[in-house]
Amino acid sequence: MRGYLPDFDVRVPASLGEALELMAQAPGSYTPLAGGTDLMVVYNAGRLKPTHFLDLSRLAELRGTEEDATSLRFGALTTFTELRECRAVHQHFPNLVKSARATGALAIQNRGTLAGNIANASPAADTPPSLLAYGAELALVSPRGLRRVAYDQFHQGYKRLDMAADELLARIIVPKPLGRGFHYFRKVGTRQAQAISKTCLAAYARIEDGCVAELRIGLGSVAPAPVRARNAEAALLGKPLASLPVAAAREALLADMSPIDDIRATAHYRSVVTRNLLGQMLRELANA
Amino acid sequence: MLTKNAAGVKARKRLCMTVNGRAVEIEIDIRESLLDVLRDRLQFTGVKQGCSVGECGACTVLLDGTPVNSCIYLATWAHGKAVVTIEGLAQDGKLTPVQEAFVDEGAIQCGFCTPGVVLSTTAMVDSGKCFTHDEVRRELSGHLCRCTGYQKIVDAAERALREADIAADEHPV
Ligand SMILES: Cc1cc2nc3c(=O)[nH]c(=O)nc-3n(C[C@H](O)[C@H](O)[C@H](O)COP(=O)(O)OP(=O)(O)OC[C@H]3O[C@@H](n4cnc5c(N)ncnc54)[C@H](O)[C@@H]3O)c2cc1C
Ligand code: FES
Ligand code: FES
Repeated sequence: MRGYLPDFDVRVPASLGEALELMAQAPGSYTPLAGGTDLMVVYNAGRLKPTHFLDLSRLAELRGTEEDATSLRFGALTTFTELRECRAVHQHFPNLVKSARATGALAIQNRGTLAGNIANASPAADTPPSLLAYGAELALVSPRGLRRVAYDQFHQGYKRLDMAADELLARIIVPKPLGRGFHYFRKVGTRQAQAISKTCLAAYARIEDGCVAELRIGLGSVAPAPVRARNAEAALLGKPLASLPVAAAREALLADMSPIDDIRATAHYRSVVTRNLLGQMLRELANA
Repeated sequence: MLTKNAAGVKARKRLCMTVNGRAVEIEIDIRESLLDVLRDRLQFTGVKQGCSVGECGACTVLLDGTPVNSCIYLATWAHGKAVVTIEGLAQDGKLTPVQEAFVDEGAIQCGFCTPGVVLSTTAMVDSGKCFTHDEVRRELSGHLCRCTGYQKIVDAAERALREADIAADEHPV
């Protein structure tokens, strides 16, 4: 038996409209609850503050994946297992499949959601680097309507998000890469399953005429939030695959990171290994 | 605004689900996890509590056929769903082929991880899919075992999958 049950109650709105109304009535007092794989851990650890949970599980509006010619639009409640098993994701976004596979283990993937992974705002989350690499956008919904935010503008610092107290994350929109693409994802943890990343690097490049025509690199666990490696990207953009400036890019990557020492790794380790991941990514890109 | 009282109300709810095929109706505190309810109220003690944070897999149950960690799953979410615990596998004392495979391969030592890992293997077999060696390892990677060193568990799972495959060939649907 539990010795301690912190105070919380759970509201289970049956529609998105009802959910938004509840949030508008008392902004900031509801905590959205999706798969619970982050929140229930906090709860079981006895660190949950009294709250009202807003259980999203019945909101059909936040489920499902829509595909059109230019993008895939994932409902907030899309699970890692659904990502892993979606053909269009395999076809267009191999990094997202790898992110989903690298998250926890099977039972976590069955419950954990894409929006939960983003909104939990952990710098070590494993889908954000891939979403950054693919130039994703978020659709946020509130009583004031729908709003779109470029995902690389969404994280504003450690656990600080461009999301108001009465807003919900509704959809994650990922544009389909056009042309000849190169995809890279690698997470480094203590073991392959059930390990929080020590560092993580995802990249997408479009290759044209033997050169890097477009490039986005997303990093996890090396800054207060998931970040784009804009300095490294700049060093590589437009360069021919035959002579990529590897040393300069590795050097530039230093300015993209602000790693810290914590229980999982030292700042030094993170800095060295992330640069090594970039090196590996560039070796693969050179042969792409 | 929220008052301490509002949140402090001991909210209770009637939970209706099936456990191992039997209908169960029980009044619960909405703050209870499915693990709390199955183990402490319904005495399905085959559902083990290890880490309580979703890491070890000891508390795994099948929910509408899908493995979940019952320790981080609110009991109210199981409303209207079919739950299977390890107690639900053997019928009249006869083990399922998955359980037999675990016995035959010597994949059980202290037995603490066994209910969870057998249920995850059962879900794999029931999915009817084929799994490579690496995929089997990945599917079971959410289960910690302090005794067997995992090899025999993987052997047992692969044996169960192989035998199910042969059985399916013999009795095509
Ligand atoms: C054993 C274990 C291993 C794990 N391993 C990994 C791992 O390897 N990599 C990784 O990245 N994560 C990992 N996680 C963390 C977790 O599984 C993921 O972050 C998951 O995506 C969270 O989703 P959820 O739906 O379960 O979130 P919940 O716990 O329900 O919610 C998480 C946060 O998101 C908010 N939220 C959820 N949905 C919305 C929405 N639609 N709008 C606004 N806010 C919302 C909630 O209010 C809460 O703050 C692990 C967790 C466990 C327990
Ligand atoms: S007790 Fe649930 S995963 Fe360990
Ligand atoms: S047999 Fe003892 S923990 Fe697996």
